[in-house]
Amino acid sequence: MSKYDQFIKDVGPQKFSRGGMLWMGFLILLIAAGIVAYIDQLIEGQVVTNMRDYVLWGVYISNFVFFVATSFVGAIVVAVLRLTNSEWRRPFVRLAEIVALACIIMAGITIVIDMARPDRMLNLFIHARLQSPITWDVIIIPTFIVVSLLLLYFPLIPDFAILRDHYKGNNKRLSKIYGFFAVKWQWTKEQLKLKNKSVHLLALMIIPLGLILESIDAYLFSTTYRVGWDSSNFAPYFISGAMVAGIGALVSVVYIVRRNKQLESYITEYHFDKMGKLFNLACIIYLYFNINEYLVPLFTAKKGESEHLETLLRGDFAIPFWIVTLIGLVLPAILLIFKRFRKPKPMFYIAVVVVICSWWKRYLIVTPTLLHPYLPIQGVPESWRHYFPSLHEWVITSATLAMALMIITLLVRYVPVMSIDRLAEEEAERVSTEKKATI
Amino acid sequence: MDDQMKDTRRKFLNNGWKLGLASIVGGAALTHLKEGFAFESKDPSGKTMELMDTEGNIIEVDPMDIEEMDLDHVTHNVRRGIPGRKFTMVVDLAKCQNALACQRSCNKHHFVTGDNAWLKVYKMQETEDTAPYWLPTMCMHCDQPACVTVCPVDATFKREDGLVLIDNDRCVGCRFCMAACPYSTRVFNWNEPNQEFEMNMDMVEEMHSPEHAGMPSVKGTVDKCDFCPHQAEKGELPHCVTACPNGVFYFGDKNEDVVTNGNETVRLSKLLEENAGYRMFEDLGTEPSVYYLPPKDRLSFEEGLENYNEFQSVEKPDSTVENSDES
Repeated sequence: MSKYDQFIKDVGPQKFSRGGMLWMGFLILLIAAGIVAYIDQLIEGQVVTNMRDYVLWGVYISNFVFFVATSFVGAIVVAVLRLTNSEWRRPFVRLAEIVALACIIMAGITIVIDMARPDRMLNLFIHARLQSPITWDVIIIPTFIVVSLLLLYFPLIPDFAILRDHYKGNNKRLSKIYGFFAVKWQWTKEQLKLKNKSVHLLALMIIPLGLILESIDAYLFSTTYRVGWDSSNFAPYFISGAMVAGIGALVSVVYIVRRNKQLESYITEYHFDKMGKLFNLACIIYLYFNINEYLVPLFTAKKGESEHLETLLRGDFAIPFWIVTLIGLVLPAILLIFKRFRKPKPMFYIAVVVVICSWWKRYLIVTPTLLHPYLPIQGVPESWRHYFPSLHEWVITSATLAMALMIITLLVRYVPVMSIDRLAEEEAERVSTEKKATI
Repeated sequence: MDDQMKDTRRKFLNNGWKLGLASIVGGAALTHLKEGFAFESKDPSGKTMELMDTEGNIIEVDPMDIEEMDLDHVTHNVRRGIPGRKFTMVVDLAKCQNALACQRSCNKHHFVTGDNAWLKVYKMQETEDTAPYWLPTMCMHCDQPACVTVCPVDATFKREDGLVLIDNDRCVGCRFCMAACPYSTRVFNWNEPNQEFEMNMDMVEEMHSPEHAGMPSVKGTVDKCDFCPHQAEKGELPHCVTACPNGVFYFGDKNEDVVTNGNETVRLSKLLEENAGYRMFEDLGTEPSVYYLPPKDRLSFEEGLENYNEFQSVEKPDSTVENSDES
């Protein structure tokens, strides 16, 4: 089994370093604080948030939209690149699925946090009404979680088998655990055929599912009469935004993993360059939809709409709006055209900025609209005319982000970040072609 | 003599007891008195009971034949509505002076304790050059209700009599209906409602129904104007209608083509025709059940300014301090 040893050492499970332990401790702390805040929210009610009758959705929903958007990366990197036979996707695939899975799980949890009566969650099934976009969400999110999980798991089975065999001698317990997940994998013809077929099928499924997921997320807003949401542009706008947020998150995670595990020889500058081009394309498409969403309506905006656009472009939300648009979208779209910004380090910084701006972008989609109802805001306390998340909201939201990062961290810790099976295969192919060449 | 006195007293007490029972059972009951029960008792035990009938005669009744009348028995399905009705309201903007009696009455009878009343009176002025006016709003009970469309659990529902009501035992608190409503009419119970009832809580719980919103309100669910079907059932008008000193609100039945503001009863179609009635945001296609009459020849707008409070619509019992922001 020596052909796997080097790969296992490089991309396989690695015990946490001191830094890793500290990082986990930090995440656990954030999550614990979030749980305490959430319990308080359950007891006191949503009064602990700064949401009120006008701004009835706040940071929970925008955070949810962010998670849903980021989870789209699984569909693009894994499935689209697979179907287009883009070989350079290989080192990204596993991490993309990990990011997608972590985010879609957290999306599911975040939406429950926003529900004021989680104790009545079963009503969503017992009394489900199909015309409500929330019911569509109730259907699509669990579906997407399952498909994402399987799309991560099936290609992992041979790797689990490799690890099972690897730990047989020195770590019986680990071997047993990995063996359990390896489901008696022996590289038999039937198993290989079944696995390849299943993965292909899942990859085919995840593309429409991803598009549906992002669209439904958009429909949550565009099925209302609200100015700024009531837009037929919303679903493609959300899909293109999801590409940006997803690739941004993936590039950030890949860079950190690459650095920590010293995978420079596996994930090369070539791979980053290729991913950078896709990233650039995503930014440009998203920019196009932003123009459709904010610039073109200026010409025919009705009174309410022009007021809404005004607050974004010049009013209360102008500063965050322009930061998010210029630094989070226009600048990356321009920089990524140049090869030197598609090198790992600069692209990592760009990706981190893009992810942060993507998060705030969702905030700017949710909040300003709610502050512009058709009838003026009157007869309610002055504070209801503004919204900024309360401490509870920040703590709980941080905890959800920390949870997503923890899922990613744990998976990276226990699961090979690249397919060892595949790497060994490639290695074997390379050796055999080299042999042929020398003969 | 003494014995006789005792006897009459006993008789009196006896009769009194019977009368009391009769009035209890009779007031509540006597739904099932079978024909000829006094003569052909089929009681296997042979017991009889004396009751007073409606003419004041003492009659003997088989206890088996007595059933308690169910006072709470609702003759219509809460989710389907009162058969044959189509409730509608007309708000005459010309008569509104922002007296806010409607709002106070609504707050009181629906036990509104939050910071956002269900019935609001907006101070409106479209542009600088157009005249200001007072605009009372409540739930529009739309025939194409956006809120009902988006509710994931059928907690808010549309009835055949036109009402849009909320089952706050089912609501999951997602607030999608609030996002969907273009009239900003829906109110959320962000915390445990601090309601005070004069009757005991068991009674309140018994009366708990979508037909009397706020009785009681439930934490983490949505509330709004219910058009007072609990009043309609008693043959009475909604609280806002009766409270208004200027007769702004007309309530009635579109099928009968009649509305009344308590003082005058008029034909709905005629009222709308003569006064150019319209509905709010007609272009959205929500088909509201509330009509407005334009504020032509209106009462003085300025008088209402005294009552106007931009930041308050629910008076607090201890309103010395406006505790608007609890967060």
